[in-house]
Amino acid sequence: MASSKKLDAKIPDGQLEQKWSKYKSTVHLVNPANKRSLEVLVIGSGLAGSSAAASLAEMGYKVKVFCFQDSPRRAHSIAAQGGINAAKNYQNDGDSVYRLFYDTIKGGDYRSREGNVHRLAEVSSHIIDQCVAQGVPFAREYGGLLSNRSFGGTQVQRTFYAAGQTGQQLLLGAYSALQRQVGMGAVKLLARHEMLDIVNIDGKCRGIIARDLVSGKLERHFGHAVLLCTGGYGNVFFLSTNAMGCNVTAAWKAHKKGAFFGNPCYTQIHPTCIPVSGEHQSKLTLMSESLRNDGRIWVPKKKEDAQAIASGKMNPNDLKEDDRDYYLERRYPAFGNLVPRDVASRAAKERCDSGFGVNATGQAVYLDFAFNMKYKYGKTEATKKGIENPTEEQLTEFGQAVIKEKYGNLFDMYEQITGVNPYKNPMMIYPAVHYTMGGLWVDYHLMTTVPGLYALGEANFSDHGANRLGASALMQGLADGYFVIPYTIGEYLADEIRTKSIPTENEEFVKAEQEVENRINKLLNIKGTKSVDHFHKRLGKVMWDKCGMARNAEGLKWAIEEIRKIRAEFWADVRVPGSANEFNPELEKAGRVADFIELGELMCKDALHRNESCGGHFREEYQTEEGEANRDDEKFAYVAAWEMKEVGEWELNKEELKFENIKIAARSYK
Amino acid sequence: MAGTSEKTINVNVKVWRQKNKNEKGGFETHDMKGVSVDMSFLEMFDVLNERLINEGKDPVAFDHDCREGICGMCSMYINGRPHGPKQGVTTCQLHMRSFKDGDTIVVEPWRSAAFPVIKDLAVDRSAFDRVIAAGGFVSVNTGNAKDANNILIPKDDADEAFNAAACIGCGACVAACKNGSAMLFVSAKVSQLALLPQGKVEAQQRVLDMVHHMDMEGFGNCTNTGACEAECPKEISLENIARMNREFLFANANEKK
Amino acid sequence: MSNNAGFLKSSIGKKFIMGVTGLFLITFLIVHCFVNSLIFFNDGGETFNKGAEFMGTNWIIRAMEIVLFAGIILHIVQALVLTLDNRKARPIPYEKFNGAANSSWYSRSMGLLGTLILMFLIIHLKHFWVLSRFTDHIAHNDYEKMPGQETMYHEMLEVFENPLVVLVYVLAMVSLAYHLMHGFQSAFQTLGLNHRKYTPHIKKFGIIFSIVICIIFASMPIAMHFGLVK
Repeated sequence: MASSKKLDAKIPDGQLEQKWSKYKSTVHLVNPANKRSLEVLVIGSGLAGSSAAASLAEMGYKVKVFCFQDSPRRAHSIAAQGGINAAKNYQNDGDSVYRLFYDTIKGGDYRSREGNVHRLAEVSSHIIDQCVAQGVPFAREYGGLLSNRSFGGTQVQRTFYAAGQTGQQLLLGAYSALQRQVGMGAVKLLARHEMLDIVNIDGKCRGIIARDLVSGKLERHFGHAVLLCTGGYGNVFFLSTNAMGCNVTAAWKAHKKGAFFGNPCYTQIHPTCIPVSGEHQSKLTLMSESLRNDGRIWVPKKKEDAQAIASGKMNPNDLKEDDRDYYLERRYPAFGNLVPRDVASRAAKERCDSGFGVNATGQAVYLDFAFNMKYKYGKTEATKKGIENPTEEQLTEFGQAVIKEKYGNLFDMYEQITGVNPYKNPMMIYPAVHYTMGGLWVDYHLMTTVPGLYALGEANFSDHGANRLGASALMQGLADGYFVIPYTIGEYLADEIRTKSIPTENEEFVKAEQEVENRINKLLNIKGTKSVDHFHKRLGKVMWDKCGMARNAEGLKWAIEEIRKIRAEFWADVRVPGSANEFNPELEKAGRVADFIELGELMCKDALHRNESCGGHFREEYQTEEGEANRDDEKFAYVAAWEMKEVGEWELNKEELKFENIKIAARSYK
Repeated sequence: MAGTSEKTINVNVKVWRQKNKNEKGGFETHDMKGVSVDMSFLEMFDVLNERLINEGKDPVAFDHDCREGICGMCSMYINGRPHGPKQGVTTCQLHMRSFKDGDTIVVEPWRSAAFPVIKDLAVDRSAFDRVIAAGGFVSVNTGNAKDANNILIPKDDADEAFNAAACIGCGACVAACKNGSAMLFVSAKVSQLALLPQGKVEAQQRVLDMVHHMDMEGFGNCTNTGACEAECPKEISLENIARMNREFLFANANEKK
Repeated sequence: MSNNAGFLKSSIGKKFIMGVTGLFLITFLIVHCFVNSLIFFNDGGETFNKGAEFMGTNWIIRAMEIVLFAGIILHIVQALVLTLDNRKARPIPYEKFNGAANSSWYSRSMGLLGTLILMFLIIHLKHFWVLSRFTDHIAHNDYEKMPGQETMYHEMLEVFENPLVVLVYVLAMVSLAYHLMHGFQSAFQTLGLNHRKYTPHIKKFGIIFSIVICIIFASMPIAMHFGLVK
């Protein structure tokens, strides 16, 4: 298989370990005087956006940052709980850059680029240094050194964390750095602004059209380069752990103007979320993967017990050990409860589909802390206190205190949402959409197929292959923003120093703005009978049922047809209240859902063409006898980069994945 | 058991409506029938908005995003308290089981001169961003850092800094304070950075700049009622305000002009 | 370069003035309370009059009196400035405000309590201080009493014969107690003196102090009125 001619990943030659350092020392530079006249637009203010904007402004570029929220600090990176990986080997447990690289490639089910992933592993440790220097209060040991914990898919402790709020602390660090540049006038901040199109002039991306969400006015902004740091598109499923505002719009507009979309079907379903409680549900809440360090996942062994528990006739605490099925420990003894997310999610689905679910909907399994609470922590604490024969009650009491310190905020959140005390009853969890590995196709420089247009963080398809390991999203977002783009953007901008600012009266700007305005007016003038949410929920249901944790050809074909119907109906019957020239959240939502509908079709198309199971993409037709994913490296070791011809029409381009440093093998966690 | 309860209640929602910053607003009452107690407060608003849209009326604008209590975007003043009747939670984490059948629930925007209303319940909190831009950072450029474990930080200091850093910038402190003071917000950032060796270098300048900017934005003065601490969804401590007072006093005393 | 507009113009600086003057006024209360408590010797005012004589003639005390008045005025003026500032910070009030859920009523009513105390202060100064400082009505002691003169002690007995006056004094002391209950610990917080270990004790002490000192003050008019002290 050869890569499509349209795709040049531009991975530097040379040995894997030297690719990045060699690249850095030979990349083109822009002198400080020239940087001052080069303008960069950063869309999105999460980890990737804030860190990129701050770093570029520090270097001297003129930067504008756009975010749809009221403040850059609200970006959804803030909700990441568990931690951030780095190959520091502070725990002396055999970690190294190579091992992080290897774990990430394997965790991604051999569907990512060696060069990118190795670079990510290399810069990972600088991220921790940078964040600590900014004052990010990571968890520490009594000796004052940084503390680590372990996450799914790894056998070392390399995850740095700040209680259950690591994403928050990292984002606030990047936000502080960004605000420092705002205060110095190096960055212009445009909050409550949404990017609604990119503007290409002579084959290069030269700016954007943005809508001021408060006044509703459309604005034109010129930039020598545009960085999309706009996150993932999990909200295509309506219910996900993403924030309500997370959307694909920026990436999708770019896609429609020439940026290829990579691996859209790779969706991460997180195994430990709070189950759906009813029709009214607007979003799902994640319970950090770190809980799997101490929680054991089980369902009853017998169906009648499951039914008794689900109907409330039996208390799960009363079910005997022998009647419980710790199915992850049973199926994957080597990794147990800490198998990667895709594996854990599918296993939960398998049990629930077989009728062992423990709540009324039949879609929940237990995450139980009682065992470790008593016998791991309770015993240790009792020993510390010098109690030789502690009672069961004492063990529970001591253990509870430890669990409270480690996960208190998560337990509180669980109780808040469900009304059930998780210290007394095992938590109920079920998988939910969490992250999208797919995204805009980018080369090694993080540039999309549109020159001058970059995609960073979750918005690009890059480093996680078909499945992302826990605590790697934060790592990638910050790697892209702090340590990759500051170098790679120079390669492009070095040739742009003679390009003067293009006045926004340019016809391409006028045209793009007109298109955006037309679309807004069209949405407002449909004046149909159904709300935006109505369509979003319908789309979400189709996606979850047919393009969720398990997919098959028949379902996907049906879904594509169904989504087309939803699209047609949306454009004929949606009701968007209010006007264009005001603060109008419904209008914003309408635009985003319209894009989700188009994306949904592409995701199904991608899932349908990939006749194999890998990572977050599980095709029921392609599984082993034990129900494990069956990958087809012969035919599918490539990145699927889709080029849009028109809405509903795409052309597939393939970028071959070459594994020169890793032996590609079946992924086993047994 | 959660997920299975079909308990519902009826409530009256008296909500502030205001078209934009310049127009005068007023209250509007909606009766909400058959509200599931498992719904979050914002989901109840989703249902209300769906109804308003179907009736051809303007839905209620309110800020919200993550709906898991961490982004700090949701901001409703419910029955006389920011984020409603429960302690230590944001509006999005408030559930209808905290209300009784037949309750009238008054919902207002944050009221502060520094937080002008944009529409209905949405307010402009960019004043907070400007206060951070005035000094809420450590001046370290990307790439300048030394190895993370070269800086030893006692666990207690790190934990305390973390507790201060847990602030989500929602503005409930300002909304709760009878004086509309932002001291809890500002002091949380000042404290976090003053507690850590990385932040100590410019601690003096930071507190002077941030307090000055806070005053310029039109927030009120702290009278130590403690309402901010009691209403803070992240339970940020008043100790931070004392620490900022201390830092500010010393910084003024030491200032070389 | 600092953007600092000047300590006293800053919100924290203004609060600092409130705290420092407040604590200073508390020290005055202690002295005042101590001297007045001399009436409880119940010796016909002999000890008390000596105390009053000392307070009225010692030049250090007289100098401090000026500082005291400056302190009171500063405390009041600053309070007015702060209150006006705070009004501006919330131009539109809440429709429904549930302050009781998050703070004590007296911590939110310092201005009202302070105003009551100020009104009392005017009455109180007129009763005793104006008389002793600006008229010849008050004699230093019983022996040197001129015709038409009274000792301070007797003046008190006379004033407190009126039950209305006693009521006003007692109510004023209730106001003062609440004002101090918040003010005492608040001053420490404003000065930055908050410590996980000591603050709970400061708070406890502040409350006991506020109540005890006001009970002592209030007991004086009551005792005199009912003839427990003659």
